[in-house]
Order: sequence, then C-alpha cells, then structure tokens
Amino acid sequence: MAFFFEVLISGLLVGVMYSLVAMGFALIYKASGVFNFAQGDMSLLAGLALVGFLTVMPLWLALICTVAVMAILAYGTVFIIFRPLVARSPLILFMAAIGLSFLIQGIGQAIWGTDAKGLNIGIPDVLVQIGEIYISTFDLTFGGMAAALVAGLVWFFQKTRTGRALRAVADDHEAALSVGIPLLRAWAVTWVIAGIVATVAGVAWGSRLGVQFSLSLIALKALPVLILGGIDSILGAILAGLLIGASENLAEVFIGPYVGGGIQTFFPYLVALLVLWFKPYGMFGKEIIERV
Amino acid sequence: MFYRECGVLKETYRQDMAIFPIPLDRWGLGVMLVLAFLVIPFTASDYWLSSIMLPFYCFSLAALGLNFLTGYAGQVSIGHAAFMAVGAYSSLILYGRYGVPLPLSILGGGIFASAAGTIFGIPSLRIKGFYLAVSTLAAQFIIEWVLTHWQWVSGGVFGTVDAPDMYIFGWLIDTPVKKYYLVLCVLILLTVFGKNLVRGQLGRNWTAIRDMDVAAEIIGVSLFRNKLIAFAVSSFYAGVAGSLITFTYYLAANIEEFNLFLSFHLLGMIIIGGMGTVLGSFFGAGFMTLLPIFINQTLLTIMERVPSDIRANSEAIVFGGLIVFFLIVEPYGMARLWQTIKEKMRLWPFPY
Repeated sequence: MAFFFEVLISGLLVGVMYSLVAMGFALIYKASGVFNFAQGDMSLLAGLALVGFLTVMPLWLALICTVAVMAILAYGTVFIIFRPLVARSPLILFMAAIGLSFLIQGIGQAIWGTDAKGLNIGIPDVLVQIGEIYISTFDLTFGGMAAALVAGLVWFFQKTRTGRALRAVADDHEAALSVGIPLLRAWAVTWVIAGIVATVAGVAWGSRLGVQFSLSLIALKALPVLILGGIDSILGAILAGLLIGASENLAEVFIGPYVGGGIQTFFPYLVALLVLWFKPYGMFGKEIIERV
Repeated sequence: MFYRECGVLKETYRQDMAIFPIPLDRWGLGVMLVLAFLVIPFTASDYWLSSIMLPFYCFSLAALGLNFLTGYAGQVSIGHAAFMAVGAYSSLILYGRYGVPLPLSILGGGIFASAAGTIFGIPSLRIKGFYLAVSTLAAQFIIEWVLTHWQWVSGGVFGTVDAPDMYIFGWLIDTPVKKYYLVLCVLILLTVFGKNLVRGQLGRNWTAIRDMDVAAEIIGVSLFRNKLIAFAVSSFYAGVAGSLITFTYYLAANIEEFNLFLSFHLLGMIIIGGMGTVLGSFFGAGFMTLLPIFINQTLLTIMERVPSDIRANSEAIVFGGLIVFFLIVEPYGMARLWQTIKEKMRLWPFPY
C-alpha cells in the first residue's frame, strides 16, 4: 500500500507541473481566444535564458532578466503577430501560434545553443521519509512554489485593478473595450503572466531533466490536461493536471508491465478522450450553445 | 491581356461543368503534364529526381489529403503523420511479407490508413474545434506506440521494416526515373479523383460543414457520414503518400520519419499553399520541400560548412516566420496569390 501511495504522490507532483503549463494555455485562451501552442516553447525559452544568464550573474538577477525576456516576448508577440490577426477565425490564430512556436524554438536555440544544459538553482534533492513514503524535497519545494504561484495569481486577479481588467477582457472583449480597457495591452499583460507561469514550469522541469529541446514537449503532456479540464478553465487545468499526473503514473506502474510499457505517452489522451465523449467541453469548460 | 477568359462560349452543360472551362488553363495544364512526364525525367539529375521531386510529389499527396479534412471539411488534424505511418507499414508488410502485388499493396496501405483515420475521426462527431484538434494528437501517440511496441508489426525491436525491391508485373522498379513515373502516375490519378470529389456533392457537403456545421445539419447534410468520410478519404491519401514515400525515398518504414513534426509540417504546407484548394497543396508541398535546400545553399554562401544545429535553427525560424507572415499578409496562401496574379494578367500590360 505504501508503494501505491508513493506512486500516487509522485504522480501528483508531476501533475502539478502539467497544471502549470495547462494554466498558461488557459490564461491566454480565456483572455484572447488564442490556443497558444507555443506555451511549451516559452518554457524552453525561459529555461534556456535562465541557464544563459546564470553563467554571468547571480540567481536573483538572472530570474529578473528571464522574466524580462518573457515580457519582451509577450509584448512582441501580441503587438507584432496577433494585432494584425484580431477578429480572425480561431483556427488562423492557432496556426499563428504554431508558427510562433517554431520561431521561439529557433531563436532561443540560436542564441543559447542546442546542447542539453544542466540547471541547478540550489534546491536540495534528497529523499525524506514521511510515514512509510519517500518524497524528494525538490518535488515538495516545487509543489509548494506552484501552490504559492496559484495563490498569487488568485490574489492578483481578484484584488488588483489590472487583474480585474484582465478578467473583464476575458469575460467579454467588447464590453471591456467599451468601458475603456485597452484590449491589446490587457492581452500583453496576460501573455506576460503566462510567460511567468511558463518560466516556473520551465525552471522546474529544466532542473529535473536538463534544459534542452525536449523541454518544449511538455506542452504535449499538458494538452490532454487542458482539454480534460476545459480549455478556458483555470480551476479545470489545476484539477485535471493532478488527475492526469496521478492516473498516468499509476497506469504506467500497474498496467504498463502487462502491455509492454511506455503507455505514459498516450494514456492521458485516452483518459481525456473518454471524458470528452461524455462532456465535450471538458470538466469545467464553458459550453458553447450554437445558433444558426 | 495574357490571361483571357473572354471568348469562352459554353454551348452544352458538359462544357459548363468542365474542370477547366478556360482553354488557356487547359493548355497550361497540358504544358505542365508534358514537363512532368517528358522533360523532367530526362533532364533532371538523379539527385533532383530522387531527393527533391519524389518527396515533393509524396508530400503533395499527403497535403492534399490533409486539405480535404482541414481545408474543406474544417476538421483540424494534428496527427496526420501517423496515418502516413500506418499506410507505410501496412503496405510494406502486405508487399514484403504476404507477397501482395505492389499496386494492391499501396492501395492496401491507403485502405488501412483510412480505417485508422475513421476510427480516430469518431470523436469528431461529438467534439469540436480545439478539443478535436488535441484529440487527433491521440492518434499520433497511440499509433506510434502500437507500431513500436507490437513485435508483429516490425518483426524486430526498433520498429523498422525494410522496403524490398519493387516489382510491378515482374518489372523491376529501381532507377530514380522509374520510381518517379510510379509516383507521378499515382499522384495524377489521385489528384484527378480528389479534384472531382471536392467539386461534387461530397465536397459541397464538406464546405457546408466547415462553414457552419449546425446550419449544414439543418439543411440535411449528415454530419456523421460526411465527417467520417472526410477522415477516411483524407487518411487514405495520407496512407498512400506514406507508402509511396517509404517505397521510393526512405526505403525503410521507420516511425521516426512520421513524427509529430511531420504533422505540423503538413499543416504548414496547407497554410502556406492555401487551405481549401487543390492547387495550394502542391504549392505548399513544393515550397516546404525546397525551403530547407534553399536555406542550406544560402548558408553555404556565407560559411564554409553548415553545422546541423545552425541549419535546424534557421529552418525553424524561417518556417515559423513564414507561417506567421502568410497568415498576416495572405491568409489564403499561395493559391490566392496565384489567383491574384492571374487577375492582374488579364489587363497587363495595359493600365485599364
């Protein structure tokens, strides 16, 4: 039984990371209707930038510089790519995001190199025993940081003026425009926030697995999470992330050996498909009623 | 002045329904066919034939298939490379292991891919938009997993099946020229078939579904049937393309060739070429096949030797940049550019 819980908890901790990436997707989708396929590449860029900056400056300054890079990226994206595409069909915006993802990959790797880099930001990685279960302190720290990030975001969206403006934009573009909220700037701020979320995810995964191209593939792990929770629901992203993380880990350990292993790559998609069959807009997604 | 549509007087319904009602278009097409059949095989070098023309034709076919699904029926698929893989593996197994004649094997590859596509298309009946797009990714991962983990498929551990020598009715197809003709014939056959498909009832049903599925259903277009047929036809084309490219170009079915990035590249092809046009698939595939070569040559003029990471990065940058550029400047792709050129040529060189 202890083994079961160990697998479950390590799955949940992986799920936290999925939630982070999926949250980035949901934030941008809700605010601007862009299905931001480049979310994983933003994590990669953040990881690459942080490793690059760490070679010349202390950690706190490097983090600030990384966030600055993400902010520049966010503003550039919104004002160069998505401003001319305002009011285009969602499909076009999605394709633009695919293009953006290639751009970020290419530029990031051209600047900081394609080789795999280690990232160490000084969080100890030792196993501690709680009851009968062993957990890595590293995972715990990042679980805590992710929770703090979510709490911070909730506070930001509920209490600050900018946050409320962003929520207004997410609810109804035209109504928000009519009360004087600058739409493009609101989008840019949303992209910056998504960039910060991507940075946290990128740093967490990067210090685990090394910063390299495959980091951008965590977006693929986050996609089933996203559609399971509902594309436009932050709460859905968090819950579905935990659910998928736990279930895929359990499936890999307990079902995997019978079918040849490696089912982690597609198991989340199966779960998501199964749920979508009964709830086509995910668990918490907004149901769209179509009229002719 | 140079592109004239006037003076075309249609006297019968047959003429009215023709694919190319304008004589100049027919002449143009004839010239292209002569080029493709008689000029290119005898003037181009083996390198051009086997490394550029073959992939170009095969990817045109795959892009055409994806265009049916995404451009005409409006269902985004980001798992299309997997259907190519199904076609590649099943035709190789049919031909190599069971001795089915080559044309039937290629057809069989298409049919198996089509079956796979239909199965993964079933969610489209209930799920829409991005939810569907992400669901098609499931096809990519599940098929990749099946092909690498089922021992029976590959007969080995690496998931690779080698392509045997190709014989059609006892005639060995080995030189690039012969392969070129094989691929070209299949391509033209399927293009004519596809062009007529989208001109007919089915194509109009698809367009109706793409433009608004609720409205289409109300006027009596069966979503269930037409969406599934779109998936089936589209993955049939992908399967045939996959089997052709494996037989003639890769020479071994390997799942690495049909990864997710190929799916994105196919999507990129139809965006750059033009969604919802047959011609656009060819433009897009040609463009995407030539792009890496062009970038490589450009880099070679700047530096002595091109390291692979620099080449990969600049390809990614140019590819991403072009997708964005096309979406902003010409969302209907190169096919629309061609249309614009033709319209300009009506008057050119006179101002009015």
